[in-house]
Amino acid sequence: MSIMEYNGGAVVAMVGKNCVAIACDKRLGVQAMTISTEFKKTFQATPKTYIGLPGLATDVQTLAEKFRFKVNMYRLKEEREIEPRTLAHLVSSTLYERRFGPWFVEPVIAGLDKENRPFICSTDLIGCINFAKDFVVSGTTSNQLYGMCESLWEPDLEPEDLFETISQSLMNAVDRDCLSGWGAEVTVITPDKIITRTLKSRQD
Amino acid sequence: MADRYSFSLTTFSPSGKLVQIEYALSAVNSGVTSIGIKATNGIVIATEKKAVSTLIDDSSLEKVAVICSNIGMVYSGMGPDYRVLLNKARKAAQAYKRVYMEEPPTAILVKEIASVMQEFTQSGGVRPFGVSLLIAGFDESGPMLYQVDPSGSYWPWKATAIGKNMVNAKTFLEKRYNEDIELEDAIHTAILTLKEGFEGQMTENTIEIGIITGVVSSKEDGAVVLPEFRKLAPSEVKDYLANIA
Repeated sequence: MSIMEYNGGAVVAMVGKNCVAIACDKRLGVQAMTISTEFKKTFQATPKTYIGLPGLATDVQTLAEKFRFKVNMYRLKEEREIEPRTLAHLVSSTLYERRFGPWFVEPVIAGLDKENRPFICSTDLIGCINFAKDFVVSGTTSNQLYGMCESLWEPDLEPEDLFETISQSLMNAVDRDCLSGWGAEVTVITPDKIITRTLKSRQD
Repeated sequence: MADRYSFSLTTFSPSGKLVQIEYALSAVNSGVTSIGIKATNGIVIATEKKAVSTLIDDSSLEKVAVICSNIGMVYSGMGPDYRVLLNKARKAAQAYKRVYMEEPPTAILVKEIASVMQEFTQSGGVRPFGVSLLIAGFDESGPMLYQVDPSGSYWPWKATAIGKNMVNAKTFLEKRYNEDIELEDAIHTAILTLKEGFEGQMTENTIEIGIITGVVSSKEDGAVVLPEFRKLAPSEVKDYLANIA
């Protein structure tokens, strides 16, 4: 039994044309037993950046709160919003602080920088950043997500098409993972607005 | 007997002042003059390098110093106190970089140093730093020049002077400064201002000048590139001096 597979969950983020999308499932389980179908794993860090936290649920909640604290302090001290790239390094340093007793989460960050350029990345549980230009995946469903994204993703997708692509990737991947699923939430971030949609999926 | 000395040296006087800070400011005001001028496209900071004797090897004496790539500083007052603060500033800048992988914005670093200086006015067994600092930095909100005093207060300036000749120097700057001044003019003005109160011969070895200029740009992957602070080489200083002769 791996601690990363105790609660289950999946998060994926993709780059489109002047937009990014981030999606997560909504299951919270205790090994085989599902105990909640409203456990979302994406959190808004700034008006243009989201952070996804799949992994051990207690760490998901604690880190969501820790990052909210750090982002708020940054905004108060620097009098500006944190950029996605800077947030990525902040997440990385926070995780590495616990190198020998890590947080059991593998975060995904997606957002637009101040020039509205798309940015996504993921990190491992001890803070190694993976800067990607196409998509990043994380959670118990990561292998299935890699397969789905690799087949479905193409560059320069418009927000509507990006929504379809990321939704199909997530829905079909979690159907092949018993620890993820039970609904999904997809957020598309564009320079003018953020649209969050909830998807109904197989409830098993 | 021990009780009498167990409070901090900076206890309030009846008039509400902290006399140790006042005395620290006297130490600053008897120190060599330093100038800072903010231009539209950069900042110049300068000071006299006053060697006590001609036998001193002044090439190894550094008053204008780099804190991190986009921030530099100079001082007036006690040299040894300055070195301590310079080290703390450099460490603070690297600590910021360690977390955010970016150079700190000038205001953030200034707050950090000011906070250190303030600590030394409210702790037991320590005395305030006997220096005022002029910190020049260039970040995404443009060039910024700050003065930090022994009390820990800091102000942003457009142009200022600290040290022995500050009153005359500031009067001189008030006349010569305008909001549209460019860096080349600012360097020229800084040298002239220093010359006003200069004792002895002004050569490329008796003054130090540091500048920061440029534009904020982005690399292809979105990372920000900030202008770099650097000291002028003696040969460059010599050219500027030749122009004012």
